Amino acid sequence: MTTVLNVDAVSRSFGERRVLKDVSFTVDSGRLTGFVGANGAGKTTTMRIVLGVLAADTGAVTWRGAPITRADRQRFGYMPEERGLYPKMTVAEQIVYLGRLHGIGVADARRRTTALLERLELAERGNDPVEKLSLGNQQRAQIAAALVHDPELLVLDEPFSGLDPIAIETVLAVLRERARAGAAVLFSSHQLELVERLCDDLVIIADGTIRAAGPRARLRDQYTLPRFRIEVDSDAGWLRDEPGVTLLELDGRRAVVDLDPGADEQALLHAALARGPVRAFAPVRPSLAEIFREVIQ
Amino acid sequence: MTTFEAAKLVAGREIRVKLRDKTFLFSTVLLLFFTALGVVLPMLINGGPEKVAVVGTTHVAVLERAGLEVITVPDAAAAERMVRDDEVTAAVVDGPRVLAMEEAPGEVVAALSTSPPVEFLNPDALDEAARFLVPFALATLFFFTTISFGVQIAQSVTEEKQTRIVEILVASIPVRALLTGKVAAMTVLAFGQLALIAVVGLVGMRVADVGGPVIDAILPAIGWFLPFFVVGFLMLAALWAGVGALAARQEDLGATTAPLQLLVMTPFFLVLAFQSNPVAMTVLSYVPFSAPVAMPVRLFTGEAATWEPFVSLALLLLTTGLTLLAGARIYQGSLLRTNGRTSFATAWRNPTPIG
Repeated sequence: MTTVLNVDAVSRSFGERRVLKDVSFTVDSGRLTGFVGANGAGKTTTMRIVLGVLAADTGAVTWRGAPITRADRQRFGYMPEERGLYPKMTVAEQIVYLGRLHGIGVADARRRTTALLERLELAERGNDPVEKLSLGNQQRAQIAAALVHDPELLVLDEPFSGLDPIAIETVLAVLRERARAGAAVLFSSHQLELVERLCDDLVIIADGTIRAAGPRARLRDQYTLPRFRIEVDSDAGWLRDEPGVTLLELDGRRAVVDLDPGADEQALLHAALARGPVRAFAPVRPSLAEIFREVIQ
Repeated sequence: MTTFEAAKLVAGREIRVKLRDKTFLFSTVLLLFFTALGVVLPMLINGGPEKVAVVGTTHVAVLERAGLEVITVPDAAAAERMVRDDEVTAAVVDGPRVLAMEEAPGEVVAALSTSPPVEFLNPDALDEAARFLVPFALATLFFFTTISFGVQIAQSVTEEKQTRIVEILVASIPVRALLTGKVAAMTVLAFGQLALIAVVGLVGMRVADVGGPVIDAILPAIGWFLPFFVVGFLMLAALWAGVGALAARQEDLGATTAPLQLLVMTPFFLVLAFQSNPVAMTVLSYVPFSAPVAMPVRLFTGEAATWEPFVSLALLLLTTGLTLLAGARIYQGSLLRTNGRTSFATAWRNPTPIG
């Protein structure tokens, strides 16, 4: 696990509108990096700049410490936000073609296409023209097109939108395999629960600026408030009058409280034990959705 | 992978797809059919050589030399019966006397008569029909090929843009390779189709035994027509790709290709209208957009000096270099603008949105 992709102070404007302002983050190999932001936050523009489809006004993107070359880009896989394949070409034929455009030989491309369609449960549709496929299957074909050349960096813009739950699991498993095999995977999504479950690292963008970036666990710790869930045997209403404690929720024997800065959670636990048995006492970890809401403000 | 290898892959795909495209195959077959028909039709209408019944052997040789089909019959009665039964157009009996139904058989009479010898002072001059037909045929071929294949270049570019696959393509190979591959593929297809038409036409003319003198006269001019045609096609090809990229959907193509259609059609009509005006044709044979037709026509009619096609071709090549650059610039500047039609000015001013 090493940092392979480095986005360094990238800015980009379209006319008067500044879409990206000093965007910096890194992507590690062997890990899944979730790229999260509202619509129009700058995710697609950032990804296009990484892929070289769009130029940055200022700043730089480097791959393994050096400016990205054509040869590097050949080993990137890209699934753009706006999907599309040749409607009249067969699925297998165009995946082979896209593999060859990424520099792999024809025999290799055929072999990998067969294996990939098999893996994505699309094998029996391989000889159908793309336009004959359902939207979900077109999406699988699109993912196959991004993976066929075994890319070292995968950039996927909203890879799960339009997939049914079964397909999501299939694609998820494939992405995990790729990461385990050493690929760096950067994907955007607005399905926060999915990102939370899937990714190792997180990059949160809002309004063209990076608001938070790093390993998911670290971000979680960083944004964890001194908030505790407590469950006792009798009514927990006494917490309302406890010094150094703000009661957030009270439901009979269960409560959620915030500790004032400097207050000791062990003191609170002792106070609770003094009143009877304590069934549960635990810090409340924020969900990704909560972290997201907090950092984009 | 080099740009050249990438362009080869792109061209290979274009050609494979076209060769499986039913519309393309059907139009090619239809074109060949009409070419064959055009060549063979005059023969069918004439119904082949006239038949003539002959008594005795005296006149057989002279009649056959005139291209008539001779049937030898034993006597005048048999000859008369064949004329009455409409088995032959005419009969030659002793005398010589010619029997016919109600119309004098001109060819038979001419074959049997002695005409005064005619001496041609300019034996190489072409007949009037060929003088009109050859420029017309060359202009039509060039016009038809550049328009139909040009539109196909534009459509193929728009298809990639409309289906959004273009973003994957430009993320993996240089835009130059994509453009070059596409233009090369269409050039190969256009000239493949032309070669087929030429073969069918020429073979048909030989078989039907028509137009012999025209073929002989046209063959030297073809030598020049070919380079002019290829360069002239290339000159417009990149522009077609450019206007294809300006469109966001196939429906926009009519509007974005209109200026280019005009650029192809205007020289076509000018060449046809002024083909008997040497001054106008001289000018047209140097203007790059009409030169691919006008210069070979002037060579065909023998009006151009030996050095002239070289100068004209050099001008054409220069213009082609410029249009390739301009076409590539428009193509790059509009390829990824998928929100509606791109204006020419926008595409021109922002030629490199690609990093």
